[in-house]
Amino acid sequence: MDKMADLISLLATPTWETLYMVFFSTLFATAIGFPLGVVLTVTEKGGILEKESVYRVLDGIVNICRSFPFIILMIVLFPLSRLVVGTTIGTTASIVPLSIAAAPFVARVVESALREVDGGLVEAAASTGAHPVVIIFKVLIPEALPSLVLGETLTVINIIGYSAMAGAIGGGGLGDLAVRYGFHRFQTDVLIAAVIVIIVMVQAIQGAGNALARRVSH
Amino acid sequence: MIEIRNVKKTFRAGNGEFEALKGVSLSIEPGEIFGIIGLSGAGKSTLLRALNRLEEPDSGEVILGGTDVTTLGARDLRRLRRNVGMIFQQFNLLSSRTVFKNVAFPLEVGGWPKKDIAPRVMEMLELVGLSDKAQSFPSQLSGGQKQRVGIARALANKPSVLLSDEATSALDPKTTQSILSLLEDINRSMGITIVLVTHEMGVIRQICHRVAVLEAGRVVECGKVRDVFMKPVSSTARELLSHLPRRGYDVSQLPTERGKPVVLFSFNGDTAGQPVISRAIKKTGAEINILSGEIDNLPSSRVGSLTVQFAGTEREITEALSYIRSQNVVTEVIWNG
Ligand SMILES: Nc1ncnc2c1ncn2[C@@H]1O[C@H](COP(=O)(O)OP(=O)(O)OP(=O)(O)O)[C@@H](O)[C@H]1O
Ligand SMILES: [Mg+2]
Repeated sequence: MDKMADLISLLATPTWETLYMVFFSTLFATAIGFPLGVVLTVTEKGGILEKESVYRVLDGIVNICRSFPFIILMIVLFPLSRLVVGTTIGTTASIVPLSIAAAPFVARVVESALREVDGGLVEAAASTGAHPVVIIFKVLIPEALPSLVLGETLTVINIIGYSAMAGAIGGGGLGDLAVRYGFHRFQTDVLIAAVIVIIVMVQAIQGAGNALARRVSH
Repeated sequence: MIEIRNVKKTFRAGNGEFEALKGVSLSIEPGEIFGIIGLSGAGKSTLLRALNRLEEPDSGEVILGGTDVTTLGARDLRRLRRNVGMIFQQFNLLSSRTVFKNVAFPLEVGGWPKKDIAPRVMEMLELVGLSDKAQSFPSQLSGGQKQRVGIARALANKPSVLLSDEATSALDPKTTQSILSLLEDINRSMGITIVLVTHEMGVIRQICHRVAVLEAGRVVECGKVRDVFMKPVSSTARELLSHLPRRGYDVSQLPTERGKPVVLFSFNGDTAGQPVISRAIKKTGAEINILSGEIDNLPSSRVGSLTVQFAGTEREITEALSYIRSQNVVTEVIWNG
């Protein structure tokens, strides 16, 4: 019983750190990736604001960012992390690479969700004289909302995975805990407990995402 | 008045080219229901969509309300589109919005003051007979109801032109009937010009005043519906007419006398046995002359059709028609000169 209490007190802070990292990384990744995805969708060929040059450039940037393995990206972004938060280690510093890594993913998720919206709806809106910006906010986004919610859920889960990796190189959180205790000290029980917490987190988020997606689809 | 002058459109896909419109010219009178018919791929949708520039014509002019649509900048084009409603085969309702909000969409776009939107939406829903569905979502409606919402949406911003691309092609015959009657009513009560694309001669026959036949990107025939039906010139018109189901009358044999509409009645089930016509005569004083008719005894029910010619004052005829309609008889005016 004593051991259990120890374990819980051991897990509390890293769990909290993971939630903190994941929350803010999701927030920033979405803030960057969502508009990027919208711009990609509307500027691509046949889009409502077709502009091939813009699409090509953004498409290229997104592809390049996505082809970096996360660990490499983290190291590459150390200078940026130092610039933004003043340090390269710790949970707050991890938010920088996590956000940058997830942003292009969000952009792609948003792009594919918006692209699924029936072109007929966009046309019907255009036929009423709607401005492209109005079409984005009143047609594309609301119509894609269920897919967007599921995509965002996927993003959060991905960030949880990445955050564990970030933890392994000094980022704190459950990944850090698992590596320190499970890998360096062979305390398998701590490792298992950390994994269980992560599994529960992922399940809860997926469940909540599914429920929300169902709620917003008519 | 809509003037289409020498409109051309070529699609380029990959290395191939396809000339969908090869110089189309038409003029459409204000307040008329103008049909555009043709076989699949003839360019009907392309032509219709050129009117509000959902499809950008390569050359030619489209004069709508005095302005050449093809020269408008983005901003003016949007303003023009607010004056041109459109309905679609697949309805294209926003699934994320209720019926009410769908109809409100063009009003939001048109910058209507908030307080005026709700009454206008309810007025439109009443017009199409869906007041009770205001808070439903499109997924909860039948095809016919969806198209009614489409019509309400298209008309909400008080356009002077309504474009219809195969609006009834996804609907069953009975629903098609009711949608066409609705369009006809709207045309009559609002004086709105309707340009209607279809591949069904039945639709043209039922509500159009004039029709253009499109064949491989060219207008091969254009004129009053009656004339095209009686003396089709183009092979396309003849072919399309031959697909028309036999309706118990021969189009070329119709007696066409001014003020004496020819109407086809379709009875089914219980109405087939009732003396609806003699009652209508007694009630209204209209004369109803039976031209031809048949009653089939199907295993489960009796169905019948009668072609009749009305005579009398306009008022008597209208009353007689509406009485007969009220008796669950499907009526179709075949000729009305
Ligand atoms: N965006 C496009 N790109 C390439 N070709 C096109 C495009 N839109 C239409 N076409 C071609 O132009 C021709 C006319 O098309 P359109 O849709 O106007 O025909 P339609 O008369 O409306 O036929 P349907 O009765 O099948 O709707 C067709 O051969 C079609 O393949
Ligand atoms: Mg078509």
